[in-house]
Amino acid sequence: MHLNSQQTRRAGRMVANEPLWLRVILISLALVTTTVLIILPLVYVFVQAFADGPRAWCVQLLDDPDTRHSVFLTLTVAPLSVVMNTLFGIAAAWTLTKFRFFGRTLLMTLLDLPFAVSPVVAGLMFVLLFGMQGYFGPALREWNIRVIFAWPGLVLATTFVTLPFVARELIPLMQALGSDEELAAVSLGASPWQMFWRVTLPNIKWGLLFGIIQCNARAIGEFGAVKVVSGGISGETDTMPLRVEKLFQEYNNPGSYAVASVLTLMALATLGARILLERWVEYQIASMSTEQDPKP
Amino acid sequence: MSISIQNVSRRFGSFQALNNVTLDVPSGSLTALLGPSGSGKTTLLRIVAGLETADSGSVLFQDEDVTETSARDRGVGFVFQHYALFRHMSVFENVAFGLRVRKVANDEVRERVNELLRMVRLEGLGTRFPQELSGGQRQRVALARALAVRPKMLLLDEPFGALDAKVRQELRTWLRKLHEEMHVTTVFVTHDQEEAFEMADQVVVMNHGRIEQIGTPQAVFDHPSTAFVMDFLGNVNVFHGRVQSGRVMLGSLNLQYDEYPHEEARNATAYVRPHELEIDRAASPGALTGCIKQINPAGAVLKVRVTVAEFGVDLSVDVSHDRARSLELKLNDTVYVHPKSVRVFMPEPEYVI
Repeated sequence: MHLNSQQTRRAGRMVANEPLWLRVILISLALVTTTVLIILPLVYVFVQAFADGPRAWCVQLLDDPDTRHSVFLTLTVAPLSVVMNTLFGIAAAWTLTKFRFFGRTLLMTLLDLPFAVSPVVAGLMFVLLFGMQGYFGPALREWNIRVIFAWPGLVLATTFVTLPFVARELIPLMQALGSDEELAAVSLGASPWQMFWRVTLPNIKWGLLFGIIQCNARAIGEFGAVKVVSGGISGETDTMPLRVEKLFQEYNNPGSYAVASVLTLMALATLGARILLERWVEYQIASMSTEQDPKP
Repeated sequence: MSISIQNVSRRFGSFQALNNVTLDVPSGSLTALLGPSGSGKTTLLRIVAGLETADSGSVLFQDEDVTETSARDRGVGFVFQHYALFRHMSVFENVAFGLRVRKVANDEVRERVNELLRMVRLEGLGTRFPQELSGGQRQRVALARALAVRPKMLLLDEPFGALDAKVRQELRTWLRKLHEEMHVTTVFVTHDQEEAFEMADQVVVMNHGRIEQIGTPQAVFDHPSTAFVMDFLGNVNVFHGRVQSGRVMLGSLNLQYDEYPHEEARNATAYVRPHELEIDRAASPGALTGCIKQINPAGAVLKVRVTVAEFGVDLSVDVSHDRARSLELKLNDTVYVHPKSVRVFMPEPEYVI
């Protein structure tokens, strides 16, 4: 804290030493970039979506059964992958922080693979594995399970792409927390479940929630990987981002913008939730540290 | 309940934390594991608690082999160095934890927790959170939490390490009294020899994953069995010299040393405690000439620092107030110092002359 404020002050002095013209240029550059890349497109989506008034917007969204289905599909696929990633994230963070084992660093690196690899490649990989002509194809045919060009494939692809979010959020947190509290719980007679629910989960809940929010935002917006595995069957395997693209391709701009505006609203809601959560956590920490003055 | 540790070894990568350690802790005793950091004392404590596994060897409680028993079922109360209190739980719930996971009835929990909070003198603080407590209070919560489930033994890892001197002193006395009342077998880890000697019935000195010496505080202090123990107990004057033909030669000091009659000279280190040095005004054979650089009162004695030019070392000498008065010691006086007894270590065994 102390160091931070010092650093900030030093940084402040440094900026103050820069000549005026440089400051003006740098600030305007930042402003222009933000406006062109973020603010303008954001506003434009809503301007286009509501060009014919809110009524038309509603009609675009609700009257088309395929659009309705895409909203439904996204609201199914995203939560499913979030649930899977929450479970996986906790398990991965637990393994990587509480144990030392051979290949730990490798696993840590592999965890970032979904961020590094192109989503399209990820999608293709799943098609090659789970497609009817793919590696598991014969087995899947026998059990009469459709993965590719059906919702399970969408969930798989989305889960893969959003895999690191929860774990990445939890690993530094759990590393900082250490395992003494868990060990204390065990030595006091807690079963593994009791230890997890009563000690670990309450300690990581905010970090977990951050991870889930970010994971959810990404899951809703996922396009590349999903595009490959969905096969683009309208009213069946089109999620909202795919629907936006399809409507746009069909020259249905009002429809496309209407769906896009809903996606944008979801993103804004996510941002809002994040900010609220951050404020809340900061408030909690602040209220704790003010009470922390030592008492004899 | 007695603890028996048999041939326990533990290695972390290339670091040998414990090397074939065998130790018996008698039932009802208060034992200190004393040693510098990295000596393996905490690892040993955690192995007894089941929080760490041994590579080889076994741990017995009474006559029962618990080597394979999980920490959960060992019935050991463990107090962590940094207390490891559950940060999101109130003091009351922290202490109640062990009872809660055993599904003890609410009334009983309340009764037991209040009893414990009274015992550790934290009545009325049950609704506080760990962050709102001072170090000493947290320590006592950790202790109450460990005692709540009536453990067979109590293990404490550097229990007073993070506390300031005054609180530490209070807690030591208090814990010693508590131990006398409850008589639960207690083992604690410390790097502070004063703490170990003041509290424990039995002191175990450890170094490099091995036990250097086991004994009562008195025995360890009076008869350190190795140079390491002597050194670690601290507050000692060290002379480097040689032994040869029944004599030990430390500069101008030349003392009889029958234990080494051989012709061949060997390096040796001699240790003399401050109270084993005598200051005199008159020169005597085998005395070192020095100059008084510092005189500090320290309780019952005066601590006198004498610089011996010949060795280029400062000797620390304890002198009683009476003797100092009769010698009229002043700064920069020239005095003669001779040892009343010397412990010589020649790498291995100890000889006292």
